[in-house]
Amino acid sequence: MATCSIEDVLAKAEKDEADKLKSITVIKELDLEFDLGNMLALDKNPPNIREFREKKKDEFLRSLARDNTQLLINEMWKLPTERVDEVIVAKLPEPTTRLPREKPPPKPRPPTKWEEFAKLKGIRNKNKTNLVWDDVHNQWKRRWGYKRANDDTKEWLIEVPETADPNEDQFAKRNKAKKERVAKNEFNRLRNIARTQKIKVPGVGLAPTGQQSKSDLGKAVHVAKMSTASVGKFQDRLPKEKAPKNTGKKRKFQPLIGDFSTEKQKQLDILKIMDSKKPRLDIGKAVNKQMREEDMESGSKKKGGPGKKGRKGNFSGKKGKGAGSAKGGKNRKPRMKLGKR
Amino acid sequence: MRPLTEDETKTMFEKLSKYIGENIKLLVDRPDGTYCFRLHNDRVYYISEKILKLATNISRDKLVSVGTCFGKFTKTQKFRLHITALDFLAPYAKFKVWVKPGAEQSFVYGNHVLKAGLGRITENTAQYQGVVVYSMADVPLGFGVAAKSTQECRRVDPISIVVFHQADIGEYIRSEDTLT
Repeated sequence: MATCSIEDVLAKAEKDEADKLKSITVIKELDLEFDLGNMLALDKNPPNIREFREKKKDEFLRSLARDNTQLLINEMWKLPTERVDEVIVAKLPEPTTRLPREKPPPKPRPPTKWEEFAKLKGIRNKNKTNLVWDDVHNQWKRRWGYKRANDDTKEWLIEVPETADPNEDQFAKRNKAKKERVAKNEFNRLRNIARTQKIKVPGVGLAPTGQQSKSDLGKAVHVAKMSTASVGKFQDRLPKEKAPKNTGKKRKFQPLIGDFSTEKQKQLDILKIMDSKKPRLDIGKAVNKQMREEDMESGSKKKGGPGKKGRKGNFSGKKGKGAGSAKGGKNRKPRMKLGKR
Repeated sequence: MRPLTEDETKTMFEKLSKYIGENIKLLVDRPDGTYCFRLHNDRVYYISEKILKLATNISRDKLVSVGTCFGKFTKTQKFRLHITALDFLAPYAKFKVWVKPGAEQSFVYGNHVLKAGLGRITENTAQYQGVVVYSMADVPLGFGVAAKSTQECRRVDPISIVVFHQADIGEYIRSEDTLT
């Protein structure tokens, strides 16, 4: 029996070995196409339709998938491998199949106001060269931006135009003009963003917002008042109108060592006002007082009854507890006394 | 250093009045000399006129402290009392809380006062009333806010908080470098 079984086992092992060897090699009419970077195999062989019909469909598909996977893995084993932490790793080549991107392409930037206008009028960009010859430096320089050619802000001398005021600072004028152009550009850029996102642009004065607050209105009134030829100098004040806050007024403090008596008087006045604003009857306090009185009354009633026992027997805990549980344990030392004011 | 503005005076007085009520008058109007409040580095100092005049000799950036610091104004213009004000709060305090000797340490380490540690409390203390905390030997230990009114105090269980800690004399050691 034993020998028989050993032979059986050996035979079975041999058969298994053969099966394994057999299973590694797969024969196909057409060779598969591989894209190892994506771990992709393309089988161009037509499926055996007869077999597909006769066999169970699932089984057929599974075997086909297994065979093709085997081929893919065979191909991958041909790659150079190395051992990293007891694991065999193959370096995949670059993928050759182009996969579609995961996310939809970004939407094009909405046209700015100028771009819309240019399209309407058929204005097209003239292509200018990026580099321009600079006569002063004798070299090619960029047309715009930093280190640009013919930079008019870097000039050391400006001719005063005949019509201009001779005392006017032409450099400052140019700088100011440049700054204003930049500011205008930035403003337009923000306006374009606001337009595309359908946000209303706050102008000067009262911006049309969802909820207008009192302070907004106050600011708008202030701006409107200042918008006269005399910068609001002759504008009448409304009765009870408050001066707007944060208008760049400097804070002014009393002197460090001034009149101490007036200072004291001012502080006393403040105290007086604070006192007068207090309610005569503090309801919370009154309720507390009432509650306390009721407590006292009920407490004295209780004391008349079994409470006395508990008090006398200062150390007989059990009795005392029963008697004075409401007052928080009279059997012990009184926990809490009431202090005088 | 400068005098307080009217708004600042008001916020400070409102905070002080939580502890000493109308006794602020006694601080402002003192018979033994002229005393005033001055603001320096956002801190309010209570100084006698004499010391103030001497202090003007010291430049602003070099002056660390003068007189008694009452507290400081926060960035949002609220007023915080400091423990250094205790010397002036304690004698005029309207509402007091005495803590048992066992709970003294806990309070002085910066913890709230629990019911278990409460020795006595002034009658008619309302909830959220500013109170000065004393030891049973009548030594002022700090101040806080009553978490419960006197009535409620009797009923609550021993582990519930009775006084919220605000400042204690332990700060003289704990925050030695920030107190002025």
